Amino acid sequence: MPTFGSYALLLALALSGYTLLAGALALRQLAAAGPLGPAEAPRIDRIAETARRAGIASFFAVTGAAFALIWTAFTNDFTVSYILHHSNRALPGAYKFAALWSGQEGSLLLWAWLLAGYGLVLRLRHRVDVRLTAYASTILAGIQLFFLLLLNFAAPPFALVSGTIPADGFGLNPLLQYPEMVIHPPMLYLGYVGFAVPFAFALGALMMRYPGEKWIHITRRWTMVTWLFLTCGIFLGAHWAYSVLGWGGYWGWDPVENASLMPWLTGTAFLHSVMMQEKRGMMKKWNVWLIFATFLLTLLGTDLTRSGLVSSVHAFAQSSIGAWFPGFMLVVLAVCLFTFIRQSDHLQSEHHIEAMVSREASFLFNNWILLVACFTVLWGTLFPMISEYVQGNKVTVGAPWYNRIAVPMGILLMLLTGVGPLLAWRSASLRSLRRNLVNPCIVAGAVALAVVILGARANLYPWSDLGTFYSFLVWVLAAFVVTAILSEFLRGASVIARHTGQNLAASALQLTRRNTRRYGGYIIHFGVAVLFIGLAGSAFNQSQEQELGFHDRMRIGPYTLVCQSYTQDSNPNYDTEYALLDVFRGGRRITQMAPEKRFYAASQQPATMVANHSTLAWDLYVVYAGKNPDTGQPIIKVFLNPLVAWIWIGVLIVVAGTAVALTPNLSATLAASRARKATSLVSDREAVVAAGGR
Amino acid sequence: MPLLRSLRPPAPHAARRWSRLPQAALLALLALGSMGAADPAVRYNELGHQMMCVCSCAQVLIECNHVGCPDSDSMLHLLRASVSRGDSDRSILEAFQAKYGPTVLASPLLTPFNKVAWIVPPAVLAFGLVGLVALIRRWRNTHAPAPAHAPQPGAARDRVRRETEL
Repeated sequence: MPTFGSYALLLALALSGYTLLAGALALRQLAAAGPLGPAEAPRIDRIAETARRAGIASFFAVTGAAFALIWTAFTNDFTVSYILHHSNRALPGAYKFAALWSGQEGSLLLWAWLLAGYGLVLRLRHRVDVRLTAYASTILAGIQLFFLLLLNFAAPPFALVSGTIPADGFGLNPLLQYPEMVIHPPMLYLGYVGFAVPFAFALGALMMRYPGEKWIHITRRWTMVTWLFLTCGIFLGAHWAYSVLGWGGYWGWDPVENASLMPWLTGTAFLHSVMMQEKRGMMKKWNVWLIFATFLLTLLGTDLTRSGLVSSVHAFAQSSIGAWFPGFMLVVLAVCLFTFIRQSDHLQSEHHIEAMVSREASFLFNNWILLVACFTVLWGTLFPMISEYVQGNKVTVGAPWYNRIAVPMGILLMLLTGVGPLLAWRSASLRSLRRNLVNPCIVAGAVALAVVILGARANLYPWSDLGTFYSFLVWVLAAFVVTAILSEFLRGASVIARHTGQNLAASALQLTRRNTRRYGGYIIHFGVAVLFIGLAGSAFNQSQEQELGFHDRMRIGPYTLVCQSYTQDSNPNYDTEYALLDVFRGGRRITQMAPEKRFYAASQQPATMVANHSTLAWDLYVVYAGKNPDTGQPIIKVFLNPLVAWIWIGVLIVVAGTAVALTPNLSATLAASRARKATSLVSDREAVVAAGGR
Repeated sequence: MPLLRSLRPPAPHAARRWSRLPQAALLALLALGSMGAADPAVRYNELGHQMMCVCSCAQVLIECNHVGCPDSDSMLHLLRASVSRGDSDRSILEAFQAKYGPTVLASPLLTPFNKVAWIVPPAVLAFGLVGLVALIRRWRNTHAPAPAHAPQPGAARDRVRRETEL
């Protein structure tokens, strides 16, 4: 099977090379020939078609290689070095499958596989716009070629072990042996890799001087789906960190986390600013560079975490292939720059912003803040290296720095999330502004008052410390945003209700179905507000650590934990120590928790399994911190983390909003169904006529 | 100078009120800057979050949760002792830096070079926002708004507008 996998990768390399060369040749001939004669057109078409088919075939070749690697994991073929280092006999099946992306070579293979999958869909749907798709397909083949070169020559996943083959593998990193790790990396990679598609379309459209903004319509779904995958990937990662790392938090501003956040920020900016291009023909240069930057950031992120330039708690794969990435990024940047300079006259704006208080201006400010947030994350990630270069010593740029610098930017964005949708395109009148802002302001004021009063009862004031102040601002702004969104729904729904006589809920549903993109967007904003409410809770986290013997108790917030027992257990994969803790609230037993510490036999590494009792108000997060060597009693660390559940709820709302925004509008669906009906009537009539009937 | 001041016409009530705004903002900033209670437990917790464990786990000192971590216990003990002695935050951070190296601090101290880390992002944000305001003003002044009978954009854009607006 390793031989099959190696040959499959080699075949994929050849096919991708052909797709790139033949595609480029066909497009070059097409561009150079001008209006084609009847003899030339079929010849060029044939070359382009062979390139497309080779691209499709490359997917099956990479799939073959991925299948071969998974097969070797399931058959415990430890002659393959990658399997020896990332699997073992006792590893459960799901994690054997996850071994595909748990190391350097496997995760590069996953990159190539997903890219080939996106390429397959793109090439199968080439009739949407044959010429533009041919450009995009050729560009994707170029990217694919880079990853296949890596897989064939720099990081081969089927490299064989030299010397004696051990009877068992060294096992999967214990941190990765958690159910979410079966889904989190593929999601993240689907997001990372997916941005290659809008990038390819944007670059292709620029190369061919594509008229109008249709390429944005074609790529909108790609971009949104990709953005959704990246969003899910990031938050699944946060949830995994929260559940497995056992330090009580979900986001540590680790370089690997930062690497995923950067393209998300520029991708979000792109999703907003393309609306200006679609609606008013503005910001064309800006948009092109946003999508270029997003793709480059996905490469930079991969490079940062694989080159060993920055250290990370979960950079699971580091090697010398980091040197390949800067070279490839330079090539991509050079191609982008060259194309941009050559074709920049094609990107002239048709309009300019006419007023400071307008939807366009709010998009521009939102884009700037998102971009600076991205720059801040990059700056913080790279500053230790800059410091080492300039001062000769590394410094740490950790959570306190990001909290002081990035959090205010998040708060500014939150403000724009509330205000932006209330502004009219071109120019907002003072009257409409006042009408739209009055309710959100009143509710935000009421929430501010309520928070101060409730906080005072706990001796907490917005001015107590900076974290509390930021949290206060976030909650007030969240109230503002939510009210603004509800007002928009209510305003539209009441118009429909007046005309149709339906109730408000049905009208709101119809309103959303009529304009899924706009109201889906509002639902996403609502989700973001909910998510921010949860994030703001972190300013009030409490923690406590205590050694607990039989029937010992510890208190945190309203909870009392009583140790019922502590013991150890073992299975072929790991040994475990755990404590059984009864949790009481108000004298009533509400649950039993069992935090554990595992020690994996194959890798000889420990891992934490956190026990978490989550409610809307807070999470009771219990960690088995270790055992006192003198008494043999467990040391339990307990965190009381307020509002964490709201983060995950917010993400679910964002996912739902994106799904709504991806759904076609009701009117468009009806129009399509009418068109289908008309076509079928015409066909029926034609059939009748052809049959000689009337 | 007092004479000159006395000759100046009295500022109108509203203007005086506005002139107090910067003073109020400065006071608020000072209040924000001086936040952080002197309670030793709060200081211990805050300082523990401003340092990293040096066992190469890349975790914040007070959050390091390794079984048998060789460093975090002794570091936390030292921190607790320094806080109960009443040492200032700055001196505690500097002492840790001297003992464990600059990477022990979770964020860089305000040395002349490290100030760059703190200043650059807010400066980029502020300059960019000012630049955008200037740009929009220039656009507004140089490009008159399109007349009502201006030619309508293409059908594709029309469709987008219909799809996204009520």
